[in-house]
Amino acid sequence: MTTMSTARIPPASSPCIARKPKASSNTGKLPRVYVKPGWLRKDLMGSNLRFSEFRSAKLPCSPLTVSAIASASELVKERIETKSELLVTREEGLELYEDMILGRSFEDMCAQMYYRGKMFGFVHLYNGQEAVSTGFIKMLKAHDSVCSTYRDHVHALSKGVPARAVMSELFGKTTGCCRGQGGSMHMFSKEHGVLGGFAFIGEGIPVALGAAFSSKYKQEVLKDEKANAVTVAFFGDGTCNNGQFFESLNMAALWKLPIIFVVENNLWAIGMSHIRATSVPDIWEKGPAFGMPGVHVDGMDVLKVREVAKEAVARARRGDGPTLVECETYRFRGHSLADPDELRNPAEKAHYAARDPIVSLKKYLIENNLANESDLKSIEKKIDEIIEEAVEFADASPLPQRGQLLENVFADPKGFGIGPDGRYRCEDPGFTAGTAQV
Amino acid sequence: MWGALQQKSGLATLVSSLKHGQVLERLVPMAFTPSRKLSTAAKEMTVRDALNSAIDEEMSADPKVFLMGEEVGEYQGAYKISKGLLQKFGPDRVLDTPITEAGFTGIGVGAAYYGLRPIVEFMTFNFAMQAIDQIINSAAKTNYMSAGQISVPIVFRGPNGAAAGVGAQHSHCYAAWYGSCPGLKVLTPYSAEDSRGLMKAAIRDPDPVIFLENELLYGESFPVSAECLDPSFCLPIGKAKIEREGKDVTITAFSKMVGYALQAAQELEKEGISAEVINLRSIRPLDRATINASVRKTSRLVTVEEGFPQHGIGAEICASVVEESFEYLDAPVERITGADVPMPYAANLERLAVPQVEDIVHASKRACYRAVPMSAVV
Repeated sequence: MTTMSTARIPPASSPCIARKPKASSNTGKLPRVYVKPGWLRKDLMGSNLRFSEFRSAKLPCSPLTVSAIASASELVKERIETKSELLVTREEGLELYEDMILGRSFEDMCAQMYYRGKMFGFVHLYNGQEAVSTGFIKMLKAHDSVCSTYRDHVHALSKGVPARAVMSELFGKTTGCCRGQGGSMHMFSKEHGVLGGFAFIGEGIPVALGAAFSSKYKQEVLKDEKANAVTVAFFGDGTCNNGQFFESLNMAALWKLPIIFVVENNLWAIGMSHIRATSVPDIWEKGPAFGMPGVHVDGMDVLKVREVAKEAVARARRGDGPTLVECETYRFRGHSLADPDELRNPAEKAHYAARDPIVSLKKYLIENNLANESDLKSIEKKIDEIIEEAVEFADASPLPQRGQLLENVFADPKGFGIGPDGRYRCEDPGFTAGTAQV
Repeated sequence: MWGALQQKSGLATLVSSLKHGQVLERLVPMAFTPSRKLSTAAKEMTVRDALNSAIDEEMSADPKVFLMGEEVGEYQGAYKISKGLLQKFGPDRVLDTPITEAGFTGIGVGAAYYGLRPIVEFMTFNFAMQAIDQIINSAAKTNYMSAGQISVPIVFRGPNGAAAGVGAQHSHCYAAWYGSCPGLKVLTPYSAEDSRGLMKAAIRDPDPVIFLENELLYGESFPVSAECLDPSFCLPIGKAKIEREGKDVTITAFSKMVGYALQAAQELEKEGISAEVINLRSIRPLDRATINASVRKTSRLVTVEEGFPQHGIGAEICASVVEESFEYLDAPVERITGADVPMPYAANLERLAVPQVEDIVHASKRACYRAVPMSAVV
């Protein structure tokens, strides 16, 4: 049976990995992995290796240089090897495949549309990171919430927002999920529990924490037992140096909130390499410092991500508190469509392109006889049709009317105040027709 | 705190004359509540008690309302506004937070997305600058960005503006900053009645509300009517109050400056100038209708605020009046603001850096062409 390989796997008996016994995984608890401090730094400082090169290089196992990125990837690998069990059923596998294909095709179409001028402003594409979105969001229930950054199209799609609604929003049409008022970076959907869509990194994390807080509050104060929603906050490696990240880790652990912090570590924050920006690049290590498990997982492997997600979501829903999951992943395109992407090493890009999550899942499904080529081709065709239809729908949709400019600023439009005639401005019929004076 | 003492003595005179029932008539805003009169045997309440009772009643009425902030629980509130609330409602509803403004403000916003009604207290609004990203980008703009799907029924409250001798970083007035942001409602109560009514309105409001209090007003007592003490009492957001009717010059003020304006009006009365004092109550939305109607009556305008002059509240009011009532103005609009310097610490310099009653009197006289123009240094 093939498994998707991580870059390198140290021997399990290595003296430099301290790990709780495997039995703990049976109780549903995630292991805390403790590492000899300074292992990564010393190696990097000694050898000037770039982080990505380090991860792909084969280095000898010595007390200070061995990768301790064992944790969940290891756990999963061991489980696979010892139990010889498939990680997904056919239905689940096809669902994952379809979701990742949807994400990839959608983003590719976005690029096309952008260069044709149908989409504008800032557009940040998710190509290459689909395993993280699919892996986590497909483990959630409908009433759970997802909070994201500006790279949020695929999170919205995975959570169930229709492709046509997202495409219309990107075109700035009134049929978009936010009526054209949000745009690429601000995808909100109350129905699907998508909380945005935040342009400032780090901004969404406390908001996600608030959603988790409301879950707990409803259970404990309002005595609503059904309010067991879990929140997943997605953000990148750059965010992990931001104050709000640490503030949120602290409060999440302090108040044991049902949240999962998912770091999509794609090694680059626009043109700033993670290693150049961070004193301790292992983000998962920062979890235990705040009192929660920190887990590292190969974010190019949807099945591994899924295993971690399963446990983290169950943990949160049980009331055991937050988890910090670092997913090592990569974006195939630049930071945004305006980014010339000149700073990244082509060898690094090639390395990760070879680990394309969609290709890997396809390989797994076929090799394990869960699906055949024609099944997967029909899924791809179906998605192509969905995307085409979404573009046609968005093209055909109307632009917002003038009056929409003043709508939705307030839930209570009396916030626009009193007009010169002494009545509230919102009562003036000209107001929503866009002809009233403000 | 000599500043507070000075303020107190001014208001004490006002309050004592209220007890005699003489000045009471003039304070009744006849244009606002047509048929009600304040009882002459009015109960008195401090602003602190007014806020405490308003929050208490709203938390009792709606279990979704909760309070969070630094020292709001066991410390009973940094300024004792939340006294007794922890004991009454428990730690699930009155949360002591760590010193993480950005973090806990974001938590409040996220909870508001899901229908809870948080009251986020900032120890002062100066500290809210660490959270201003959450206030503006996550709270104010979300209803718009989500096209109405997600509203944010949150209240951000705390003391604003200068206190006494607290230095430059603790004395900034944020009324103009928040007042310029669409999606927010900004309230500035003055009296106990304002505090109670506007706080209740803010908590019940489905939009983010910035509630700018004033530390020096917390201890001030004001008469409150029986209507005000009723738990369902609420003041409308966006309507200013005419504290004192007059016909010669309009003075607009908010928060602590209302007290100063009223004192100035009394002094002007002695010189035969009848000043109309407007308590703005609401910075956003600004009650331009009331202000303009008043200016059309008096033809002269003096705006008073404690904050910095450039791009301030007075600038906005002046622009509004020039746009809508230009032909009615008989004199240039006078702005009284804080000095355009970071707040100094030395007591005498601080006194020069904030508006005083004499400044308002001089400005009003200038507007009435009754005084020689003064230089910047008094």
